[in-house]
Amino acid sequence: METITLEIDGKKVETAKGTTLLQAARKAGIDIPTLCHDDRLAPYGACRLCLVEISRNGRKRLVASCAYQAEEGLVVRTETEKIVRIRRMIVELLLAVSATGPLQALGQKYGLKESRFKGGQPKCLLCGLCVRYCAEVKKNNVTCFVGRGIERDVVFLSDLSHTLCPVCRECLPLCPSGTLYSLYLKGYNGAPEPGSNKGV
Amino acid sequence: MSKLNSAAELKKFRQDILAGRDADKLCVTICLGTGCLACKGDKVHDAFVEEIRRRGLEDRVDIRRTGCHGFCEQGPLVVVFPKEICYLKVTPADVPEIVAETLVGGKVVERLLYAGPDGRKIVHEGDIPFYKHQTRLILGPNRLIDPTRIEDYIALGGYSALAKALFVMTPVEVLDEVKRSGLRGRGGAGFPTGTKWETTRNAPGEPKYVIVNADEGDPGAYMNRSVLEGNPHSVLEGLIIGAYAIGAHEGFIYVRQEYPLAVANLTVALEQARGLGLLGDHILGSEFSFDVTIHRGAGAFVSGESSALMTAIEGRVGEPRLKYIRTAVSGLWEKPTNLNNVETWANVPAIVSKGAAWFNGIGTEGSKGTKIFSLVGKVRNTGLVEVPMGMTLRQVIFDIGGGVSGGKEFKAVQTGGPSGGCLPAGHLDLPVDFEELDKAGSMMGSGGMIVMDEDTCMVDTARYFVRFLSEESCGKCVPCREGLKQMLGLLDNICAGRGRDGDIELLEELGEVMTEASLCALGATAANPLLSTLKYFRGEYEAHIKEKRCPAGVCKDLIRYYIVPDKCQACQICARSCPAGAIAGDKGLVHVIDQAKCTKCGVCLEVCPSRFGAVTKISGRPVPAPVAAGTKVQKRK
Ligand SMILES: Cc1cc2nc3c(=O)[nH]c(=O)nc-3n(C[C@H](O)[C@H](O)[C@H](O)COP(=O)(O)O)c2cc1C
Ligand code: FES
Ligand code: FES
Repeated sequence: METITLEIDGKKVETAKGTTLLQAARKAGIDIPTLCHDDRLAPYGACRLCLVEISRNGRKRLVASCAYQAEEGLVVRTETEKIVRIRRMIVELLLAVSATGPLQALGQKYGLKESRFKGGQPKCLLCGLCVRYCAEVKKNNVTCFVGRGIERDVVFLSDLSHTLCPVCRECLPLCPSGTLYSLYLKGYNGAPEPGSNKGV
Repeated sequence: MSKLNSAAELKKFRQDILAGRDADKLCVTICLGTGCLACKGDKVHDAFVEEIRRRGLEDRVDIRRTGCHGFCEQGPLVVVFPKEICYLKVTPADVPEIVAETLVGGKVVERLLYAGPDGRKIVHEGDIPFYKHQTRLILGPNRLIDPTRIEDYIALGGYSALAKALFVMTPVEVLDEVKRSGLRGRGGAGFPTGTKWETTRNAPGEPKYVIVNADEGDPGAYMNRSVLEGNPHSVLEGLIIGAYAIGAHEGFIYVRQEYPLAVANLTVALEQARGLGLLGDHILGSEFSFDVTIHRGAGAFVSGESSALMTAIEGRVGEPRLKYIRTAVSGLWEKPTNLNNVETWANVPAIVSKGAAWFNGIGTEGSKGTKIFSLVGKVRNTGLVEVPMGMTLRQVIFDIGGGVSGGKEFKAVQTGGPSGGCLPAGHLDLPVDFEELDKAGSMMGSGGMIVMDEDTCMVDTARYFVRFLSEESCGKCVPCREGLKQMLGLLDNICAGRGRDGDIELLEELGEVMTEASLCALGATAANPLLSTLKYFRGEYEAHIKEKRCPAGVCKDLIRYYIVPDKCQACQICARSCPAGAIAGDKGLVHVIDQAKCTKCGVCLEVCPSRFGAVTKISGRPVPAPVAAGTKVQKRK
C-alpha cells in the first residue's frame, strides 16, 4: 500500500493513499467536527462542519475533509479563525432546526448559548444519514429526499417501509435531530406499527 | 441529400447554393423567434404567403422564416431584402400594404419604420440605435438564416471551419488556437475554454464526452435559447470542432424542457447535418467520427451546474456533487467530460476560421470577444444585445437600451442572473468584463442585465432573488439551504417593518459564511444580491429597520396611501376605482382613505388625475388625522 506524508496542524502525518483528510487527521488524534459523515458511507459533504484549509503552492482553500483525499506534501489546518467562524455559524443555523444533544454539544464547543435565528419544533437536519445508510448499506432505498431548496424533506416510502422497516430499524439511531422516528411513523398514517413494542 | 465526402465537396455544395440564389431578388424575412411568435409572428408569415400567392408573386419573392433578431420588444419584425427595409410590430393587417407598396411598388411604408426619440424614421435594421452600437458576431446571422435549412447556414460559410479543422489542422493545433484566442466560458464562471479542453484531452480514460449546457435557468435570460432556436448549426459546428480537438466521439446537448422550439430546431439540424455527412461516421470523409444526443432537462435552475447536469444525464436527480476531481477529468459516468455553454460553443467556428489573433483583437485584456446580454427591466429598448467585452454599462443601457423608460431616474443595474449583484449609478462607467464585474461585487453570470429605476426598493429586490434561490437550491448543504431560509426570513421581516437592530450585521455574517462554505457555486454566490445591495444601498436597509420607511415606496407594510385634503377636487375617480371600497367621499367633499380597509393596491394613486396629484404615498411617518366628515374641497381657481 502506498503511503503519503502530509502536514496537519503542524504535525507530520503518514497515511495510506486514498484516505480522506478526516481519516488522516483522526488517526493522528486531531478532532474535526462532523455531522453528515459516517465511515460506512460514501462522502457526502453536506453539513460543511468538517471544512479545513488546505494550501498548495501558497494558494489556500477550504475543502470538506470528509471527502477530500490526502495528497503528498499537502499542508492542512483544521482550525483557523475563519474555520471557527464558519463552524459557529453553521451550528447556529442548525440549532434553529433542531437543538438536540449532538447540536447542543457543538454549540457549547463553539461558545453559542442560543441561536440568533428563528427556529421552532425540532425538524430534520437533512444530513442524509438515514437515506444513505438505507441505500448504500442496506440497499433498501426506503427513505428518500423529496423536494428541493428550503422545501427539501425526508420521507419513508410507505409500501417498502411496511415490509422492510420493522425488521431493520437500523437507521433510527443514526438520526442526530431526533425526528426520524416520527417521520417513520408518518408512513403508517396512524395505523399501529408492527413490532412497535421494540421501542427506540 | 447525399453525404459530402471531402472539404472540396462541401465547398462545391456551397457554391451550388449561392449560384442558385439571386442577391437582388426580393426576400421577406419574418422573425419567428419566441418573442415574435408570442406576438403572432406566425400569422404575419401566413399572411405574406397568402398575399404573395394571391398576387401571383411567388416567383419574384422569397419568404424566409428566421430566428430571433434580438429586438423582441418591437416584434414581430419583418425585414425586406435586398434593401434591408426593417418593419416593426407588423400585424397581418399590414401585410397587403407591405406587399403592394414595398414588394411591388419599391416604396417604404413609413408608419412601420423605427422612429427614434426625436421622431426620425430609420429604414435599415442596422441603423437603428439598438443595433448600431452592437457587435453581433453570434447573433448577427440569425436574421439571415432559416434555422430549419442547413443550406442557409452553409451559404454563409457554415461548416467551413469544421473542414479547416479536420483537414488543415491537427486536434492539438485546434486546441492551441482556442487557447490563444483567450475565449472564456460564457456559462458564468468565465473559465478559459482552451485550458478546460486540454484538461479533458489529457485526462486518462476513454471514452471522453463533450456537452452543450443549454439549461439556461436564469429568470429573464434567453440568449442561449435564441441562438439554439435561430442558429443551431453554429453551436453544433463548434461542438464537433471541440470534440475533434478533445478526442471525443460522443456528445450531448442538455436543453431544458421548456424550450420546445430549440429542441425541434436542433433535432432538424442534427438530422440535416447527419444527412450531409457533417455528423456521424467519417465526418466529411475524414477519419473522425462523432455523434450527438439531445437530452431534455427537467428545468431546474440548479441542474445547470456542471456536476448536477452530468448526474441528470446519467438519469439521476440533478444535484451538485463534490467536485474535488474536476468534471473535466471525471464527469459523465466518471469519464473525462468537457462542458461548455451554448454561447461558448457558438464562438468556436469563427475562432477557427478567422484565427485567434482576430478574436483576441476584440474585448479587453482579460476578456476577449463579445458577450450577449438580455437587457430587460426599466429600459426603453429591451431585448438581446451583443457587445464587445469592455463596453461600459452606460453605453449598453443608454446608447443601446435608450436609457430608463418612462422618464424615471436610473437607480441600479442587476447583472449576472439571480446570484449576481446590483450596481448603482456611480458604476455606470464600469467596463463590462469578467474581472470588472467581479471586483464591483457583481458578476457576468450568463449575461442577465436588469435595469432598475428610482421606484425600485433594493431590499425588496434582494428578497426577490433570495426567494428564487431558496426555492431553486438543491437543498443539500447546510450553508446554502439553511442560510437562504434564514436570509429570506430576515429580509421578509425587514420589508414588513419587523427589522431589528443587528439584522444587517447578522445578514452580513451569514452571507459571508454562505459564500465561503457552500458546496457548490449556487450557494457560494447566493449571497451576492444581498451583499451587493448592502454595500451600495445600505441606507435603504437602515431606513426600513430604524425608521420603518421604504424610501422607494414599494414595501406594502411600510407605506400608506393618503389623500392630501387641499389638493382633492372630489372628482370621485379614486373612490369609484378602489377595489376595497376604502375611500369615502361625495360630490364636493374631500375624499378620505379608510386605512383599516386599504389593501395598498395603489389604484387610487394611479387614477388620480396628474393635474390634481392629490393621492400620495407616505412611508416612515404617521398618516395625518383624517379631515372631519363632510369637509368641502377647496376648488382650484
Ligand atoms: C446554480 C448554477 C446554475 C448554472 N446554470 C448554468 C446554465 O444554465 N447554463 C450554463 O451554461 N452554465 C450554467 N452554470 C455554470 C456551469 O456550472 C458551468 O460552469 C458552465 O456550463 C461551463 O461552461 P463554460 O465554461 O462554457 O462557461 C451554472 C452554475 C451554477 C452553480
Ligand atoms: S462531515 Fe464533511 S460535510 Fe458533513
Ligand atoms: S423573437 Fe423576434 S426579435 Fe426576438
